[in-house]
Amino acid sequence: MTWLLDQPLTWLFATLLAYRGGCWLRDRTGRHPLAQPVLVAVLVLGALLLLTGTDLDVFDDGTAAISFLLGPATVALAVPLHRQLHRLRGYAVPLVTSIVVGSVVSMTSAWGLVTLLGGSERLAWTMTPKATTAAVSIPLSETVGGVPALTAALTILAGILGAVAGPTVLTWLRVRDARARGLAVGAASHGIGTARVLGDDEVTGAFSGLSMGLTAVVTSLLLPVLALVLGGGA
Amino acid sequence: MPDSVDVPFLTGLTWLLGCQLVGTLLVHLTDLPVPGPVVGMLLLLLVLRLRHPSEDGSPAGRGEGSVHVAADALLAHLQLFFVPAGVGVVAYLGLLRADAVPVLAGLVGSWLAGLVAVGLLAQLLGRRSARRGQGGGAA
Repeated sequence: MTWLLDQPLTWLFATLLAYRGGCWLRDRTGRHPLAQPVLVAVLVLGALLLLTGTDLDVFDDGTAAISFLLGPATVALAVPLHRQLHRLRGYAVPLVTSIVVGSVVSMTSAWGLVTLLGGSERLAWTMTPKATTAAVSIPLSETVGGVPALTAALTILAGILGAVAGPTVLTWLRVRDARARGLAVGAASHGIGTARVLGDDEVTGAFSGLSMGLTAVVTSLLLPVLALVLGGGA
Repeated sequence: MPDSVDVPFLTGLTWLLGCQLVGTLLVHLTDLPVPGPVVGMLLLLLVLRLRHPSEDGSPAGRGEGSVHVAADALLAHLQLFFVPAGVGVVAYLGLLRADAVPVLAGLVGSWLAGLVAVGLLAQLLGRRSARRGQGGGAA
């Protein structure tokens, strides 16, 4: 049993099973927002790792192939965007304005809320890049004096939050334009939010993927400026 | 995409990995503050535009090319690829618990602020520019 738990293959298999289980649950619950396969799989596997006391390195070894596919899958977001690109015509100003404003709001509200609630300055900077995709948020965190590993965790949580609650919140606010919904989810919850909305609607998914990319660019450029203004950065 | 090989998924995956590789190389050479796969996404979009410009304007036109096959297959299970990173968060739950209130409220609050700001602003500006388009340049 211990031998089996130390095999990377065991965890690759368990990950695929847990994800399938999450998909099954989503379909059984009539696509309930909480039944996101990524959330279900993470909870199940996290509990299994803790219960069996398995080293995270063994798990990472086994699932490296899955993580690797995130790269080509990100490139693949060009395809829905290509199919929906005609919807961008005449939409440049709303696109650019909302992404820039959104990036600034995400960063400043993260910094402000953490500071207001008594968090350390380091924690405030750790929080600032969390709306961008992990490949950007982690190095950015380091640049402004945050804790990169913690930023990675917060980034994932922001993504899961968007997958679970993003579309619901937007519906409450009567944001019905699929383009605006996609931009919002991609700007606040990067790839994980994009994965959710892409399964619901291709227009929303295409704009979410675009928004994720643009938010990464804009935040990379503006966060160092914010660090100068607020006198942070290590 | 020319489908000379009868395994469109592999042909498509090769295109995707090729774009990722070139994107990663560009980031490495220029120190762009963007991940390689995101640059790869823009490169692939450029390739698709150049090879299938006709698709522009046709609502949800489905290309039959290998890139579409591979992309649709991967994107159908995009959530799966985030599972390992999500499980990694478990290791940091202890760290997060230490400052639970500022961490949780800061995370949820700023996530909500960003989402709402972009959603409302994009919808408002989108309506305005649509109206302007119809009004023939007025306003």
